[in-house]
Amino acid sequence: MLKILVCIKQVPDTNEIKIDPVKGTLIREGVPSIMNPDDKAGLEAALRLKDKYGANVTVISMGPMQAQEIIREAIAMGADDGYLLSDFKFAGADTLATSTALCGAIKNFEYDLVIMGRQAIDGDTAQVGPETAELLGIPQISYAASIDYKDGYFIVERKVEDRIYVLKAKAPIVVTVLGESMKPRYMNVARLIDVYRNKQINVWTAEKTNTPAEKLGLKGSPTQVKESFGKQLKAAGTVMDNLDPQEAAKVIAKTLAEKHYL
Amino acid sequence: MIETPELKAFKTLLKDFVENEVKPIAAEIDEEERFPAETIKKMADIGLLGLPFPVQYGGCGGDNKMYSLAISTISKACATTGVAYSAHVSLCCQPIYQFGTEEQKQKYLPKLLKGEWLGAFGLTEPNAGTDASGQQTMAVLEGDHYVVNGSKIFITNAGYANVYIIFAMTDKSKGVKGISAFILESTTPGFTVGKKEKKLGIRGSSTCELIFENVKIPKENLLGKEGQGFSIAMKTLDGGRVGIASQALGIAQGAIEETVKYVKERKQFGRPISAFQNTQFELADMYAKTEAARLLVEQAADAKDTGDKSLSLKAAMAKLFAAETAMNVTTRCVQLFGGYGYTREYPIERMMRDAKITEIYEGTSEVQRMVISGAVLH
Repeated sequence: MLKILVCIKQVPDTNEIKIDPVKGTLIREGVPSIMNPDDKAGLEAALRLKDKYGANVTVISMGPMQAQEIIREAIAMGADDGYLLSDFKFAGADTLATSTALCGAIKNFEYDLVIMGRQAIDGDTAQVGPETAELLGIPQISYAASIDYKDGYFIVERKVEDRIYVLKAKAPIVVTVLGESMKPRYMNVARLIDVYRNKQINVWTAEKTNTPAEKLGLKGSPTQVKESFGKQLKAAGTVMDNLDPQEAAKVIAKTLAEKHYL
Repeated sequence: MIETPELKAFKTLLKDFVENEVKPIAAEIDEEERFPAETIKKMADIGLLGLPFPVQYGGCGGDNKMYSLAISTISKACATTGVAYSAHVSLCCQPIYQFGTEEQKQKYLPKLLKGEWLGAFGLTEPNAGTDASGQQTMAVLEGDHYVVNGSKIFITNAGYANVYIIFAMTDKSKGVKGISAFILESTTPGFTVGKKEKKLGIRGSSTCELIFENVKIPKENLLGKEGQGFSIAMKTLDGGRVGIASQALGIAQGAIEETVKYVKERKQFGRPISAFQNTQFELADMYAKTEAARLLVEQAADAKDTGDKSLSLKAAMAKLFAAETAMNVTTRCVQLFGGYGYTREYPIERMMRDAKITEIYEGTSEVQRMVISGAVLH
């Protein structure tokens, strides 16, 4: 049976975030925490493989104890098991320290496939998936729109801008999944009740990652956030439909001239 | 209700599901008088159809508080879907679970709770409405089966249900004590679904006549014992009323949500109408009433879970108050919407039409007053 690991992250629901008009910072109080949408799509990809071929799906998350909620959600959706890496030693991790911790945790498992979301809506770096694959020393396919499996190989549709690459790779590999590609299923009510009443979530400390402390958390993070600020809103652009290339070029030239760029 | 992490997750699930699957088609199924079969299927897929029953029969192991919350959340967006759900769970699955033999439970519950089958309940007849004791449908024991003749009216989920709990006279001389309950499969020869009603509200729900012409129901499908039918019907309706009270509560909550959104946007005399004291006081009254209804509904659901002997009274109070609140609130909400509220451009007129039935079915408000006063004067 296929063994699939899915890495998921708990993030603030950025749709619900408001900016403090005075300080210009994010108001995080009262903002619900959710499973990162790309990760949820990754979980859906794993569950579709499970539906189709049979698989054991295990989710892994790193975060504070409250991140157990998304592990429970994942199990209620259909994952078999879940592990939370939670330790003060992980605090303040950048993408490298996060990947290092995840890599250490992943090495405790046998697996055919590691799935991650493309990126998290709170950081938007899209680095953790590829970095983890590098650290594990296995192939990676990013920006996946679908994952299939045949005879020891994964067949992945990789969607980049205007084209789709269909790639085939031998297990084990890391795949990062595009959020918009797969509509995640709902939690199942029976599973939801079961996971809250009868299941313990496995919580692992840094020790389980078998990684020196200086490579984890803030100590293991070469990048540090200097400042966060809200993006200035730009005025909506003008859409000019149904122009042939010549007319379009004229409009562009005229607009650039009006703004003194030409 | 204390919000445990489990309940919080369940609320999130319900909200997502209703927002994405129920709300978008609520106006359409009303307009087209179309049964929302696709929504029922999706509800089955996530396990809602077996919510308050044990896992051993294919249920979810949830309780009636969760079930009540599911009905009210669904009914906030679509009361039609709410009643189809309530009829299935409260009026079909529940009596089989409560009064059925182990064989009957094994045979019917797994399919019903997984939603492979839909359930319905047939008690009302043309001449036996509030006075349900006047049953004219007859069931005569002949060898190893009962032969049933007669008809029922106003049956929710009719035509879509695979299993019906029906009531018939097995001994006319005994009056109420001569009524028996049966589990009827829709494929049984001689059973047909008759005329579909055209209704004021809950127009997507299928409400039809049932006709029995020499329908042979196997003896083993007698629910409870001969003569227990009326008692089974009344006890089933006590639970069903928690469902309808939850539906009514949902309608009121949904109407308030829509109205709050509208009054903030609608401008008159240069101000949003939410800035006027009339709007504010109307909303305050409606909100307080709806919260009171919610507490009565939660109390009744809790009584069902704990096997409280006063379930009948608590369910009657919840249904009476929630139904009248739904009617009152939706009517006032339409008024706050003004002319737009009277059009089908907004959902509020539908909510007002849907609310009315909650004062009528599964025991009219007058019946609830009889139950309550009976308990008070006891």
